[in-house]
Amino acid sequence: METMTGAKALMTAMEKEGVKQVFGLPGGANLPMYDEFARCDIRHILVRHEQSAAHMADGFGRVSRKPGVCFATSGPGATNILTGIATAQADSAPMIAVTGQVPVAMIGRDAFQESDIIGMANPVVKYAFQPRTAKEIPEVVKKGFFIAETGRPGPVLIDIPKDVQQNTAEMVFPDEFKIRGYHPWADPDISNVEKAIEMLLHAQKPVILAGGGTIISSAFAELQAIAEFLMIPVVTTFKGKGSFPETHPLSLGPIGMHGHAEANRIMSEADCVLAIGTRFSDRSVGTFEAFEKRLKIIHMDVDPAEIGKNQTTQIAVVGDVRASLRIMVKMLMQKALKKSEETPWLKHVRETKDYWKQNLKLHPGEMGAAKILRKLRELLPPESIITTEVGQHQMWASLFYDVIQPGTFFSSTGLGTMGWGFPAAIGAKVAKPDVPVVDIAGDGSFSMTENSLATAVLEDIPVIVFLLNNFTLGMVAQWQRTFYDRRMIGVDQGKCPDYVKLAESYGAQGLRAQSMDELDKAIKTALSSDVATVIDIPIDPEEDVLPFVAPGTSLSDMILPS
Amino acid sequence: MWAILSILVENKPGILFKVTHLFRSRNFNIDSISVGVTDNPEYSKMTITTYGDEKQIDQIVKQLDKMIDTVEVKQLDEHKTVYRELSIFKIKVSNANDSMEINKLANAYGGKVHDVRKDSIMVELTATPDQIRAFEELARPFGIIDVARTGVAALQRSGS
Repeated sequence: METMTGAKALMTAMEKEGVKQVFGLPGGANLPMYDEFARCDIRHILVRHEQSAAHMADGFGRVSRKPGVCFATSGPGATNILTGIATAQADSAPMIAVTGQVPVAMIGRDAFQESDIIGMANPVVKYAFQPRTAKEIPEVVKKGFFIAETGRPGPVLIDIPKDVQQNTAEMVFPDEFKIRGYHPWADPDISNVEKAIEMLLHAQKPVILAGGGTIISSAFAELQAIAEFLMIPVVTTFKGKGSFPETHPLSLGPIGMHGHAEANRIMSEADCVLAIGTRFSDRSVGTFEAFEKRLKIIHMDVDPAEIGKNQTTQIAVVGDVRASLRIMVKMLMQKALKKSEETPWLKHVRETKDYWKQNLKLHPGEMGAAKILRKLRELLPPESIITTEVGQHQMWASLFYDVIQPGTFFSSTGLGTMGWGFPAAIGAKVAKPDVPVVDIAGDGSFSMTENSLATAVLEDIPVIVFLLNNFTLGMVAQWQRTFYDRRMIGVDQGKCPDYVKLAESYGAQGLRAQSMDELDKAIKTALSSDVATVIDIPIDPEEDVLPFVAPGTSLSDMILPS
Repeated sequence: MWAILSILVENKPGILFKVTHLFRSRNFNIDSISVGVTDNPEYSKMTITTYGDEKQIDQIVKQLDKMIDTVEVKQLDEHKTVYRELSIFKIKVSNANDSMEINKLANAYGGKVHDVRKDSIMVELTATPDQIRAFEELARPFGIIDVARTGVAALQRSGS
């Protein structure tokens, strides 16, 4: 036992959890915590807006699979991180958000910079703590990290009143603790795995649908083993993109609103699906009814509440999907149930894939999205990490950037938070400083958190912003062209700002690429630079993302390039 | 279908907010709710009645179970459960005959009569929600001035 302040206990407890850095911004109500940075080894990474701190922590968490930590002060500092917290919750990313709060005696009195962040954040956190005495802090931190990173990961908020940070107490840092109502793991039901194998073996047209849970639990090898053993084609959700190498012969890529044509086609024809770590979001499956009417669904998920939420399933396997898939692999190997390559279904899958690889019409110009993203893929090493912003570029990345090494592609897929990609890339680069990290961006989304350039430059975190710049809120413009008779309202970004000059004004490198040659050079320059780089790539503002499954329709009703 | 949910929660501030918020945010309805501390002061028990199809009730139970502050969530089978609600009715008395009739009605439902006045009577009735609704229908012709209801408290019978 040691007597120390609550703030010191917070930092000590975080050090015990292995925290090496915190993304944040100081203010009145969290100054006691900030003062502790002077006396500990945790690095502080200053942001220019708290939302970015949360996205950086999120990016760090998704890549390292350990919770990223962000700090914000009370009131507006706390409300500014809410979007970041909600984003992490929607995508099941581990995160610890620590906010300052007004002193206990001031709570509820509408004090300066007071906000009821616990009340506001409750619907979008996995859990929230507000320790009212200093001595609670070590256990709160311990429990917070445990909750954030186990089971289905998510954000945990710790809101600490200023006097609780300042007060001293005899601190006990527990090794063990009990949370009675939290059971993050279930043992997969082996008999259901067995039934699942039977169902897959008897299906004429089976498909594997790999969701984000496959990436969260790193079940890459298991997924590939099962696909290859049973010779089943693999589609993914957008969040599951890259859970399976997209260069693999059995890979068809993401399904969904902007899924690959071949993936949507094959998904629409399948009679049985092994769905791994997915919530069957509307963006992935189109109309729920069309999906489940036709299909036998085997659903593996760590979260029992996902079973039956959006789809009626025939067989459910609750538990960590990697554990479930491992059991499946073992059973398959014992039974030596290897399937041959020559089924009519596989032949059809191959033909469908080949057809769309050759026949999907692309933008005819030199600087079409597909050509740009394929060039990026060609020049990036396989282990490079991609984050994306939200919008057309994000969907083009889904369509035209093939993930080679599983678990290297991250995006705000659930909440669809514009401004996520750049700070998340910074967090990702902190987690993996030795690999190139590229934010595939659009101008609308990037402009929401572009001031993180200051963080990238001052903290020496050299990420690359790969900016497909159509000077437009492109996805909204596409919807206005498609559904609102070309009435373009509120989408023109007016060639403002000049992103090369913007980058330079922050001390970052700004490059412009207006031809494939310039793009080739710019990517190579960025990769060999040790400073953050923005590559501004002007593109045609009229280019649509296609194929497109309109909301409320089924995957078989794709709008295709004409 | 109507469902009775028995939810054991940590007896800490803010839990009622979280549970009711879950119903709102997931688009479920609360028909009635009652909360009280258990014999172990570390826990409270919430009894929530709700309507929904089987799939919806299943989702409510799973989402409640997922909440970290809930220790145990059970859907009670109403046929194997003792469930009661306390209600207090203030009923209008227009003449001496009304007074007698209301007394009879209260007796028939096992209710207790309180605060007998010239122009009103209060009836305390502990019963199932269906019985309370039936009583309410029969009391309505006299004129119901006010009603207060607690929501259902429920315990599963032993051996079931």
